[in-house]
Amino acid sequence: MSVLVYNENWDGKFKKLSYELVSYAKAVAGMTGGTVTALSIGNVDQDELSSLGAYGANSVLSVAGVSEGLDNQLYTQIIAAAMEKSGAKVLVLANNNTGKAIAPRLSVKLKAGLASGVTAVPESVDPLVVSKKVFSGKAYGKVKVLSGSAILTLAQNSYEINETGGSAAVEAFEPGVDASSALTTIKDVQKQEGKLLLTDADVVISGGRGMKSGDNWAPIEELAAVLEGATACSRPVSDEGWRPHEEHTGQTGKIIAPNLYMAFGISGAIQHLAGVNSSKCIVAVNTDKDAPIFESADYGIVGDALKVLPELISEIKAAKAQ
Amino acid sequence: MRILVCISNVPDTTTKVKFSADNTSFDDGGVQWIINPWDELALTRAMELKEDTSNGVSRVTVVSVGPASVEPTLRKALAIGADDAIRVDGEAGDAHYVAAQLASVAGSGDFGVILCGIESSDYNGSAVGGMLSEILDVPSVSAISGLTMNGEEVTITRDIDGGKEEVSVPAPFVGVVQKGIAKEPRIAAMRGIMMARKKPLQVVPAVDAETLTETQEFAMPEPKAPCKMVEADNVKELVGLLQNEAKVL
Ligand SMILES: Cc1cc2nc3c(=O)[nH]c(=O)nc-3n(C[C@H](O)[C@H](O)[C@H](O)COP(=O)(O)OP(=O)(O)OC[C@H]3O[C@@H](n4cnc5c(N)ncnc54)[C@H](O)[C@@H]3O)c2cc1C
Ligand SMILES: Nc1ncnc2c1ncn2[C@@H]1O[C@H](COP(=O)(O)O)[C@@H](O)[C@H]1O
Repeated sequence: MSVLVYNENWDGKFKKLSYELVSYAKAVAGMTGGTVTALSIGNVDQDELSSLGAYGANSVLSVAGVSEGLDNQLYTQIIAAAMEKSGAKVLVLANNNTGKAIAPRLSVKLKAGLASGVTAVPESVDPLVVSKKVFSGKAYGKVKVLSGSAILTLAQNSYEINETGGSAAVEAFEPGVDASSALTTIKDVQKQEGKLLLTDADVVISGGRGMKSGDNWAPIEELAAVLEGATACSRPVSDEGWRPHEEHTGQTGKIIAPNLYMAFGISGAIQHLAGVNSSKCIVAVNTDKDAPIFESADYGIVGDALKVLPELISEIKAAKAQ
Repeated sequence: MRILVCISNVPDTTTKVKFSADNTSFDDGGVQWIINPWDELALTRAMELKEDTSNGVSRVTVVSVGPASVEPTLRKALAIGADDAIRVDGEAGDAHYVAAQLASVAGSGDFGVILCGIESSDYNGSAVGGMLSEILDVPSVSAISGLTMNGEEVTITRDIDGGKEEVSVPAPFVGVVQKGIAKEPRIAAMRGIMMARKKPLQVVPAVDAETLTETQEFAMPEPKAPCKMVEADNVKELVGLLQNEAKVL
């Protein structure tokens, strides 16, 4: 069973997520000895494209000359054409904004059942049965795909990147669609340049209402800087305007799964946990020993975040210096 | 222009999730049902757009696919301000089945803007909105955190990695909305609740449609090990544990 994996690029580059997707696609194809074709849309150079081979792509299809701005209909047509060309039965995409925008359209176009936010390789391939999170991570559901082909969107940071070595042949692919037919007009783009994205960070330092005021954020930012991580917050914190909305994590905000998530002064409401409970390790600091966050945390300190933070920064600096 | 808001009926987000003894279905005993949070925000925004008469929004219709038990949720949407409601009488099988029902409703009215939420908070499908747009063969824009109108012209803000884009697409289109589309969900006032009783709630039969997936079984996550507590005056110990035991530093 062959697999097609769509790899988005960011200004011509791939990132950790791309390698995670290819590693996952490789594992899915490996269940039946199939091959992995990676698809790239947009202008990406040859070296970057063939780098996908090191994670298990057997070949790479590259569709150049399509504008970076996402037009859901156009991208759907291109990916559908690549499915046909590669003969793949399974399509893998990321469960990020882009994947969520196009995977459902592809499901209709290809008549392929969609399982979104999967966290592991399928437990069987014929029929295809795969586990996904439901109820915002409170439970898992086993989805059986009833159609001949399937679409899986992978929850970010849920599959180990696997560098297998090897290289992939890159082929320019002409999907036979009219790029000028795109109906989405992009009028303006605002991007934060040079800032580590919350969803890409391995370490996330987060603060809640227990931080008392937006003026108390310097140690959170410092700790994030020391650990080369990103900063996040609970919803009331962004509602209060203490922190920008991009930082709000949880059911209605960003969903993240870093290796380390540190929560300072966050009570651990179910809606907050929905955004962070897939983190590999959770550390909580809270003055209330009965705060629900301790039920989800791996390590905890009952104490004042404003006192613990400076000590933690100096201890981590000391440990790093060794 | 008319606006259609697709409403998913979901358990209250604080619900303690339980399944039937054989784990094949959700146990809805004692569950409070609500309008899916993103759909509630979409409806709120639709009402705001209608109230600014310069936008020329003539009606806001809500639609839900489900059995009679979803009607209280549709009444809530009417109480918030929707002009009329449609219930497609069918069990919401999978996302494809639901999208096909919505497409049949959307195709029978002159809706310029069709709004869906980014996901249902129960099954987290993130699927119905996109599927609906493909079935209707109209443009879609996802991850919408802002929508303004200037006459017939609609300007959309969508989230992209690390930023935002301002885009436009011609109507009719499907907008898949998330947080930010409205500040706070609008709460039904007493007057709205009274009026909702008299507003039309039309029940239409389901059309034939394929299901492409089936949820076979549910499972609860493995219980996690208890939290290891460290004394507040021993931060060094925590750093040691993170380095040597969790290996995350
Ligand atoms: C539909 C819906 C969606 C929601 N979505 C989200 C979401 O996406 N994300 C989200 O975060 N919330 C969300 N919420 C809100 C959520 O229910 C909680 O209200 C919110 O997460 C609480 O934020 P908090 O932990 O910062 O504040 P609080 O609950 O007020 O907790 C503050 C904590 O800080 C502790 N504390 C106080 N002083 C100190 C100190 N000096 N040092 C250390 N600890 C201290 C307190 O003991 C307390 O536990 C949602 C709610 C609803 C209804
Ligand atoms: N049964 C339903 N009836 C009407 N709209 C629905 C239904 N299920 C999902 N939707 C819409 O599709 C969005 C995404 O849902 P889902 O694909 O189930 O995550 C929801 O926010 C609703 O707007």
